[in-house]
Amino acid sequence: METISTLPPELIRMVISAIIVITFLFLNAIMMGYAERKIAGHVQRRPGPMEVGSHGILQMIIDGIKLVAKELIIPFNVDRTLFRVAPLLSFTPVILPFLVIPFSEKLQARDLNMGLIFIVTMGSVNVMACLVGGWGSNNKYSMFGAMRAVAQAISYEVPILLSILAVILMCNTFSLKGIVGAQQKIWFVFLQPVAFLIYVVAGLAETNRAPFDLPEAESELTAGFHTEYSGMGFSLFFLGEYTNMFIVASVATVLFLGGWHGPHLPYGEYLGVVWFLLKVYFLLFLMIMVRWTYPRVRFDQLLNFSWKYLVPFSLANLLITAVVVKL
Amino acid sequence: MLESEYQEQNRFFLNMGPQHPSTHGVLLIVLEMNGEYVLDPQPVLGFIHRMHEKMGESRPCPGFMPNTGRMDYVCALPYNHGYVSLIERKAGIEVPERAEYIRVITSELNRIASHLLWLGAYLLDLGAFTPILYGFDDREHILDILESVTGSRLTYSYYRFGGVCQDIDEKFVERTRAFIKRLRKRYGIYEKLVTKNIIFIKRTENIGIVSPDMALRYGMTGPNLRGSGISYDIRKNEPYSVYPEFDFEVPVGRQGDCLDRYMVRVREIEQCLRIIEQALDRLPEGPIRSKVPKNIKLSPGDCNFAVEAARGELSYYLIGDGTSTPYRLKVRVPSYSNLSCLPELGRGILLPDLVSILGSFDLVIPEIDR
Amino acid sequence: MKQYFSELFTGGMSLVEGLGVTMKALFMPIVTVQYPREEIDISPSFRGHIDLILDPEKNSYRCITCGMCEKNCPSNCITVKGEKLEGQKKKSLVLFDLDFTKCSLCGTCVEICPVNALEYSKEYNLAAFSREAFHYDILKRLEERIK
Repeated sequence: METISTLPPELIRMVISAIIVITFLFLNAIMMGYAERKIAGHVQRRPGPMEVGSHGILQMIIDGIKLVAKELIIPFNVDRTLFRVAPLLSFTPVILPFLVIPFSEKLQARDLNMGLIFIVTMGSVNVMACLVGGWGSNNKYSMFGAMRAVAQAISYEVPILLSILAVILMCNTFSLKGIVGAQQKIWFVFLQPVAFLIYVVAGLAETNRAPFDLPEAESELTAGFHTEYSGMGFSLFFLGEYTNMFIVASVATVLFLGGWHGPHLPYGEYLGVVWFLLKVYFLLFLMIMVRWTYPRVRFDQLLNFSWKYLVPFSLANLLITAVVVKL
Repeated sequence: MLESEYQEQNRFFLNMGPQHPSTHGVLLIVLEMNGEYVLDPQPVLGFIHRMHEKMGESRPCPGFMPNTGRMDYVCALPYNHGYVSLIERKAGIEVPERAEYIRVITSELNRIASHLLWLGAYLLDLGAFTPILYGFDDREHILDILESVTGSRLTYSYYRFGGVCQDIDEKFVERTRAFIKRLRKRYGIYEKLVTKNIIFIKRTENIGIVSPDMALRYGMTGPNLRGSGISYDIRKNEPYSVYPEFDFEVPVGRQGDCLDRYMVRVREIEQCLRIIEQALDRLPEGPIRSKVPKNIKLSPGDCNFAVEAARGELSYYLIGDGTSTPYRLKVRVPSYSNLSCLPELGRGILLPDLVSILGSFDLVIPEIDR
Repeated sequence: MKQYFSELFTGGMSLVEGLGVTMKALFMPIVTVQYPREEIDISPSFRGHIDLILDPEKNSYRCITCGMCEKNCPSNCITVKGEKLEGQKKKSLVLFDLDFTKCSLCGTCVEICPVNALEYSKEYNLAAFSREAFHYDILKRLEERIK
């Protein structure tokens, strides 16, 4: 007890938060994996996983165990260091944004005043994983995937930042808590519908989800940048993908859907997390539905779409916002 | 460094297949590439060569029947049809009218099944996962109907020289009619999910344009040729069986891109339904099998018979030598000619477009290699 | 410029329509059969591997061991052996072996049989660990059925 009390309280808070975050992250990936397979199944008029546990509820856990137990195959002639670093690189940067996401008024590990910038920065590191993994795999298909990932990320960071900037102009802060606080009366999705749409579309591309899943486009590149990965290496990419989706959705919730705001609940400063998660999972549900509905775009069309539609629209939106705010 | 030198240095080879998700079987395409641009795609065949033609030459002619359905397992009944008609023409066997009607009905059902499967598989190539399962949902009804009369679900061996081996009954007619109604109701789903989808249109429109001249040069047939705007259908131009009695159209495309090939197939499904409806309405009574000599002698001389399979013109060529075993049997399969234009078509296009073009040709690899 | 916006609008609408289709399907009942738990009746004309017909009058097979099926089989997968047992006028069947690894289910044997002694079985759950397991002794199967 004494040793604990001598530690700075801030450090204890951070450690506890980190443990909670990592637990949550795994739980989220398991839940999302299950939800994705179930929703995909029912969209296609089939039941999805049904065998392990009631309605296949344990399927993802079993799959996780299987992946962990599998041999890590390192193909001949690969760059060993890069090949091993890539999965970690995809996994680590997606944990960090959790430190600043305000789940409710009081459930936030750390309220940085540059929170949003921090998240966006971490989001861009993620593309490094695709690049390193694809480069290190010594496989032409992986290489294609890596190159596509970089091209995609570079062109889609721009509309994301521009649409975020429109919100920043309205509330004058980069602190996520501050942004949510500014939406007490009206959610920004009603004031900035264009920015919201642009953010969601660009977010889909940012997370490499269909119809923008070009880096792994399985009908063209077999599995893109993670063609050569097996076992835990593959599952870390998988975890990274789902966590990244969660982050993109929660940033959208914070920026546009009013964060933890919702009808009043007892202990609102903590239980606001219910509203927050509901909104996040609604967005994630939409992302899953989109994946199982549309064909994949071609990658030059994807870039064209970004530069021809998203960037001009977000610029115009930013300009209008600036003028209105100034007035 | 010169531009051309730079280009030369950055060339590399990529093996697409024989195990690749979008080559639909064991087809290898050696791609010479520069970045994501395909400079020279060369298909390499022969991974699933099973000597079907030789097998046909080494046994009495009825023994080749089960092989025909296995060359193109997606659309087996027209293959059966071609072979039995060939032997019937060669040996001068009469076929009762009812049997011909049954052949047309089952062949057209099989054609729809093939087109539905292709639709799903093509969309899978383009990255949409759901349409294939909707297609399978409809296709399953066809397979159930066909199973009830042919006894198998995929590699049918249903037709016999001089008729068919099992008669259709009232229940079959009823189920087929119900299916026609059902499929017509499902058009809306495919239209909303696929045909109108902007991403799908962008991936197919103006991609892989096969000019009419080029299509003729390579001997393309079937929906691929019709997609290029040439109205050529064996059922109309060189009618066989009882097809001349039916009123149906031959849909053609405008410019021969992937979207046209898609549209031709989709519109063909409706024409198949029309043929089936008319055939069911006029189905004559009578025997389903004529008397056939137990030992069919194939007289010396050659004989040819062409039918319209789901992928194009399928023609059997046979030389007899007086015994019941063919001296020579040659099968001209549509997919082989359809694939052969790929090297010319695929020069200087992007890899995703190559996948789109390959898918739009509706290739069945076991048919190419035989 | 007009095309620019109209393409955006029609394209967007088409995407929304597509989402409507899958959304609707999400709440429709499933159409697949959960195979090991549920089974659907197979059609009466299903063609499995061949079996000898049990003649209710004789309580035995009808086969006269003529060997037509063996001769006409395109895949050479049938072996029929008959012997003249003591005290009997006709040959009786001692072996009817079907090599199902080669069989292509064409039905020639069933149609060619002069005494109509063969039928299609309704078995479709066929799986085994060795090739030998698919060499069916059809005579033995019939004897088991008689018991």
